[in-house]
Order: sequence, then structure tokens, then C-alpha cells
Amino acid sequence: MAVPLSYYLALSITLFALGAVGVIIRRNALVVLMCIEMMLNSVNLAFIGFADYYKAVDGQMFVFFVLTVAAAEVAVGLALVVAIFRNRATVYVDDLNILKW
Amino acid sequence: MQILFFILAAVALISGVLVVFQTHPLRSALWLIVNFFAVAGIYLLAQAEFIAAIQVIVYAGAIMVLFLFVIMLLNLRQPEAQPAMPFFGQKLGGIILAGFTAVILVYGFTQAKLPPAREMAPGLGNTESIARSLFTDYLLPFEVTSVLLLVAIVGAVVLAKTRLK
Repeated sequence: MAVPLSYYLALSITLFALGAVGVIIRRNALVVLMCIEMMLNSVNLAFIGFADYYKAVDGQMFVFFVLTVAAAEVAVGLALVVAIFRNRATVYVDDLNILKW
Repeated sequence: MQILFFILAAVALISGVLVVFQTHPLRSALWLIVNFFAVAGIYLLAQAEFIAAIQVIVYAGAIMVLFLFVIMLLNLRQPEAQPAMPFFGQKLGGIILAGFTAVILVYGFTQAKLPPAREMAPGLGNTESIARSLFTDYLLPFEVTSVLLLVAIVGAVVLAKTRLK
């Protein structure tokens, strides 16, 4: 008996909400990036659920590209965090409140 | 099969909660790795074997390793101090709002009337069908992705490079 589509979607939405809560609440830039990755992961799960439901491989292709874009985004985001830390010695987004002084 | 899904979903949810509410970013990263493995297990249940392997290799094996390297590089030892919130009850309000939105979305998505499902397709998520679709229907996004990765590499190197005085 296959898993029904609504289970995949419910889990995907819950993980997305958890990631959104993490982005809003947490002050550490690294944890914010991790919660963004969790949101992207939840969207991948929804795509895979739909690919299983409609027996079409296009959902999995979309996951392939979302995964690639997420990897590129993490690389650039972490480079940004490293550059900011080198300049301001902090990774807390509350301390990044002026552009240049 | 559904019992396995519920076990993996419970692991994914619990590790997701722990990612958000752990103090040290290193522990958040490790719980996120557990989350990725649980979701990869769910991909295996959904006939997406290739994507499950790619998830473990790329997400848990490359992206999270990059996160751990940066955490080690920045040497964040102390847990974050709680800053003063501009509005009172901001955290609790955010959690309640996100929970409310999630409940509404879950209800809406599970009650939606979808076109009926199709029958079993042999070899849906294996490497051959992914490759067959990737190099015929999705050839242009595939080539554009290579350019995107090149841009990301150049950008990351430029941003993180040490400026020599």
C-alpha cells in the first residue's frame, strides 16, 4: 500500500513551517542558513510526493535542479558569512545594522 | 510501508524541531544531517532512489560538511546570548503565526481534489529514467546549471578570499 499524497504534503508543510520559524526566531546567521536549507528540503519532499503520485519523473528532475541551486546558494551564503565575520567579528544578524562607517 | 513512513516522518520532525531550538549551531548542523537522512529514507519509499542517493551525497555529504567547516572556521564556542527583542512576545507570536499558517495549509492541501493517480510505472526513479529525462527534456536547464555552479564558485572564492594588504 503506497503512502498517500496528503501525508507527503503534510510533512512537507510542517517542515517548511519549522524552517520559517527558525529563520524568524534565530539570530545566528549560520542557523538561519540551515533553516533555509530545511525549507528547500521540504519543497523537495513535496515534489517527490507529486512525482510518486502521478508516476512522472518530472518532479524528480525539479528536485535535481532545486538541489543544485541550493548547493550553489549555500556556498555563496557561507562565503558571505565568512566575509562578514572577518569584517565585524560577529555572526549575529542583530549586530549587522549599519552598512559602513 | 506506512509504518516506515511514520517512523521516518517522526525522525524528520523531531530533528527539525531540534535544529531550530538548539543553542549551539554545531548541534543544529548535526540534527539537520539527521533530518536529511530521514528525508532521504522517505524518498526511497517514494520510488526516488536516485534522488535519495543524490540527497545523501550532496545535501548531507557536501552542504552540511561545508557548514561544519565554516562553523569550525569561525570557532563559535559560546552559545548565543539572547538579545533584547524589539516587541514583547515576538518569538511566541512568530511560532503561533507559523503554526496557524501550517495548520491552514495542511488542511487545504489534504482536502484538495486532485486528478486521479496513475498506475505503477516500472523503474520510475532509477538512474536510467532520470538520465533519459535529464538529457532530452531538461537539457537546457542542465547546461544552465553548469554555468550557475561556475558563477557560484567564482563568487564564493571572491567573497571569502583574504585581502592582502
